[in-house]
Amino acid sequence: MIPVSYFFGLSLLLFALGIIAFFIKRDLITMFMAVEVMLNAANLAFISLAKASGSLSGQVIVFFIITVAAAEAAIGLAIILLVFRQKKTIKVEEFRLMKG
Amino acid sequence: MDILIIVIKIVCALVWFLTLTLYLTWLERKESAVIQDRIGANRANIFGLRLIGLFQPFADAIKMIFKEDFVPPFASKFLHTLAPFLSFFFVAVTIAAVPFGDRLEIGGRHINLQILDLNAGLLFILAMLSLGIYGIIISGWASRNRFTLLGSMRGAAQLISYEVALGLSLIGVIMVYPSLRLQSIVAFQGENLLGWIPKWGIFLQPFGFLVFFFAALAETKRVPFDLPEGESEIIGFFTEYGGLKWGLFMMTDFMEIIVVSCLVTTLFFGGWQVPWMSADGFHFPWGGTWLLPHGIVVLFQLLAFNLKVFFFCWLQILIRWTYPRFRYDQLMDLGWKVLIPLSLINIIGTGIVMGILK
Amino acid sequence: MGTLLFFLLGLLCVGSVLGMILSRNQAHNALLLVLSFASLGGLFGLLDAPFIAAVQIIIYAGAIMVLFIFVIMMVNLKEGIRPERKVWTIRLSAGLAVFLLIELGLAVKGTLASIRGEAGPAIGSPTELGRLLFTDYLYPFEITSILIIAALVGAIVLVKKKKDER
Repeated sequence: MIPVSYFFGLSLLLFALGIIAFFIKRDLITMFMAVEVMLNAANLAFISLAKASGSLSGQVIVFFIITVAAAEAAIGLAIILLVFRQKKTIKVEEFRLMKG
Repeated sequence: MDILIIVIKIVCALVWFLTLTLYLTWLERKESAVIQDRIGANRANIFGLRLIGLFQPFADAIKMIFKEDFVPPFASKFLHTLAPFLSFFFVAVTIAAVPFGDRLEIGGRHINLQILDLNAGLLFILAMLSLGIYGIIISGWASRNRFTLLGSMRGAAQLISYEVALGLSLIGVIMVYPSLRLQSIVAFQGENLLGWIPKWGIFLQPFGFLVFFFAALAETKRVPFDLPEGESEIIGFFTEYGGLKWGLFMMTDFMEIIVVSCLVTTLFFGGWQVPWMSADGFHFPWGGTWLLPHGIVVLFQLLAFNLKVFFFCWLQILIRWTYPRFRYDQLMDLGWKVLIPLSLINIIGTGIVMGILK
Repeated sequence: MGTLLFFLLGLLCVGSVLGMILSRNQAHNALLLVLSFASLGGLFGLLDAPFIAAVQIIIYAGAIMVLFIFVIMMVNLKEGIRPERKVWTIRLSAGLAVFLLIELGLAVKGTLASIRGEAGPAIGSPTELGRLLFTDYLYPFEITSILIIAALVGAIVLVKKKKDER
């Protein structure tokens, strides 16, 4: 039997890696992927919590997270595509609309 | 001993799968020849023994193996090599969840004629089929060729659209047979409706079957839906492949036909069930019984399963050689505007009928 | 057996995310992420959640990542975008990550200590999960469906080309 704390450790590691990827990468699509990594780390934590506490609520919440992530991915990618059509690039530094 | 049984089961299933795949290529050539009033492949022989071209698949396989394995210099080498194996693997692994028959009893041992008796077997098959899309995407992208890229984009769009209809059409089935375990679904179809109609999915879920069959046809990417491949305009995702790797893509196609036939059989045509036969023999609705020993019953079940699968393979090849292909917008319209609404109506209708009957 | 599988899948998952951080090619990134999500699906299976495992593979690996790759193909950059080279961002991100790691670790430790002992068997079979979804969580479930419809329509409206704009 694998201790649940192992799974928690893995989820924490994944979350940290997601944060690092989000800050290091400079193109919108990969940054978005880093957000997905963090979401998945949270999913893993929820499922291991469900296992540890013996209730299924954690799994239901993961189900919701996955559906919301699907919606979020569709909208996010649509926005990225729109941005790409206008600016012809997806590098983050090129977007300085707020800077004037 | 248990491990030995599992190994034997895996070997048998894979041999069955691959032999059937090989002979589907033969069937395809012969059937198209009959449709087009030709003779078809009949020259391959062993010592002059031709047997209406039954050796042709082996000749094809030998030819394919000894062809040059060419990777275009501009392609990304690793991914280019990985892609055919990915698409082959994800189809080949689905056979693990297909139930071939009921339990076989030998020497007090119960052997389930299915490799993996998963609780969510249906979802397993769907998941593996949905991962098969990566073979297409990677092959098209790694070839670094505009036409292959176009083909793989078409493929990705088509498969994703039809996967929605495929999944939704199965919801009705899951509502009627309250299980995702394929053996339970098949066992449920052994009962009779009104005493004499077998309780097969086709009678309980006719619309579900229609939607599922069309969506599954689209998932196999063959002629009415062959836009990712585009034989006549060479916008195929595997244009840059040759030899054995191309052969793997071709085999994947035929294996998808078999998997679709297995799924249709299992979900809508009673799987290994023979009408009016239960574990001890036939019980006819008009009152006769014909008792059979256990071994014969299992043999009948295997035969029934094979017969149904062969029929659907034949039907799919017939459809492939009969219909012209869709235009791209027609394809998307069929998926999003016809099949998905129909499957949603099917779900609601199933719910209402089940509520009334309760 | 289970422990071995855990380490294998965990290594695969973390390794592919690391590869995503190091690689410059977007398409490779996306494929590595698919690998990572698929192995996460295997981990969910280890945690007695077969339904969520299947959903993870069907939706995350099979649909969401395909969307990503689709967009990458449409954008189709010739050369990869180099990762950020400025030292202070790397330091900041590493610092933030370590800080969050410690904080979350402490929180998890507290949580684990508080729930220890009452663990019962909870296998997330589709039947059980479905019953829970349509009883206790019916309200969020319906709201999610509205959210998805809104996202679907929104995405179409956003990306659709206007007729006069050519």
